[in-house]
Amino acid sequence: MERDDLIEYSLHNHHDEATGKSIRKKIIQVTVLLTIITTVEVFLGALIKQSSDAWAYVKWSFIIMTLVKAAYIVMVFMHLGDEKKALRNVILIPYAIFIAYLIFIGLWEATEVAAAWKSFGF
Amino acid sequence: MAGHTTQLDAKTLWGGKESPFQTSYGKLMMWFFLVSDALTFSGLLIAYGFTRHDAQDAWPIGEETFNSMPFLGHGYPLLYVALMTFILIVSSVTMVLAVEAGHRMDRKGVTNWMIATIIGGFFFVGSQAWEWSHFIHGSEFGKIELADGSQAIVKGHFGEIKNFTVIEAGKHHKVGEVMKEDLMHEFHHAAEKGHLEGGNIHFADGTVAKINKAKDHEMKLIIKKSGSKHEIGSTPITGAAAEKMYYEALYSGEANRVVYGANLKQNEYGPQQYAQFFFFITGFHGFHVFSGVMINIIILIGVLGGTYHKRGHYEMVEKTGLYWHFVDLVWVFVFTFFYLI
Repeated sequence: MERDDLIEYSLHNHHDEATGKSIRKKIIQVTVLLTIITTVEVFLGALIKQSSDAWAYVKWSFIIMTLVKAAYIVMVFMHLGDEKKALRNVILIPYAIFIAYLIFIGLWEATEVAAAWKSFGF
Repeated sequence: MAGHTTQLDAKTLWGGKESPFQTSYGKLMMWFFLVSDALTFSGLLIAYGFTRHDAQDAWPIGEETFNSMPFLGHGYPLLYVALMTFILIVSSVTMVLAVEAGHRMDRKGVTNWMIATIIGGFFFVGSQAWEWSHFIHGSEFGKIELADGSQAIVKGHFGEIKNFTVIEAGKHHKVGEVMKEDLMHEFHHAAEKGHLEGGNIHFADGTVAKINKAKDHEMKLIIKKSGSKHEIGSTPITGAAAEKMYYEALYSGEANRVVYGANLKQNEYGPQQYAQFFFFITGFHGFHVFSGVMINIIILIGVLGGTYHKRGHYEMVEKTGLYWHFVDLVWVFVFTFFYLI
């Protein structure tokens, strides 16, 4: 029996040549951006030593640049930006909450463990 | 069976017609898989962060460990990893172009871009093989244990070993004989075993030879484990003082004063866990890349056979594309947290 209540979503993603052209343009723009960010990261990493005073800023700029890169990959390359808002939230929000907690607890515990080792004279 | 399935149709679940996410089942499941895989990688990277934070200054710095290029030698901090990152980003771009071509039902476009993606994937896996090989073999200097029990990694230009001149005959060699083969390997092997003494190398057959070696340049000792005299985080020791301390330890005739390269027991870069994290995280990621290439090849066969064209859509390309972009995404984080910070 043919079911009329199912929608074949796979068929909904087709687009014409004109739309394709604008999509390709966006892909190239994102590529250039990702390349520039990576180049900047390598230069900063090679030029600024971890012992220098500027390192703390460099470190945070690395983290921010990584998140920017990740956002472009997920939103543009993986098309999550074009999906329904509900799907976007279901994927990103639980993940973000869980990871934020894991990072916090990991670093907090590491500080405590390092202090404990030190108190034993290591 | 039929009785139950008829009641659980789309209408009773969400009012029928449009499903909440307006995505096909396959794509949704791929996303769920990727979220769980992302949690695995996050767990690994956070475990790395924990250990690194705990070890503080003893931890190796990416730009010191990874500064070599194939054919060019040392002195190119992070350049090789940046190249690998670039290769993976480009192959991600070719993949997204394949997906875009699929949405236009352009079979030739999908084929070409998929082939480009697969080539990029192989390049990345190959680069990683070089990186591993280089990491395992290590540098020419190795990590040295100084007289006070502290350990230092060594940077600089290693003076070439020209030859060994035999000064005491053994079973296989006569006095005055000049050995010219396999010098670096013999030198490292003897150093690990403690068979270097006062500028001479002792062989298992009783031969003793003098080492003729060019002078090292710009030697720098960076302390990675505190001893009674030198502390972690102190200013690196350079110049003649560094050379004196290094060769005192290397030519002491004691075993285990120097470590070359890395294995699962010890490594020349820093704490033992460092190499283990390197092997596991980059290995696990490399395994993902390898699987990705294999999946891409399978999908390419489907594209060439016209399977998806007959189906009326190229969603299989899109789904494998999601996985491939995810692999790129993970590498972006590995690059930052393993190599840069």
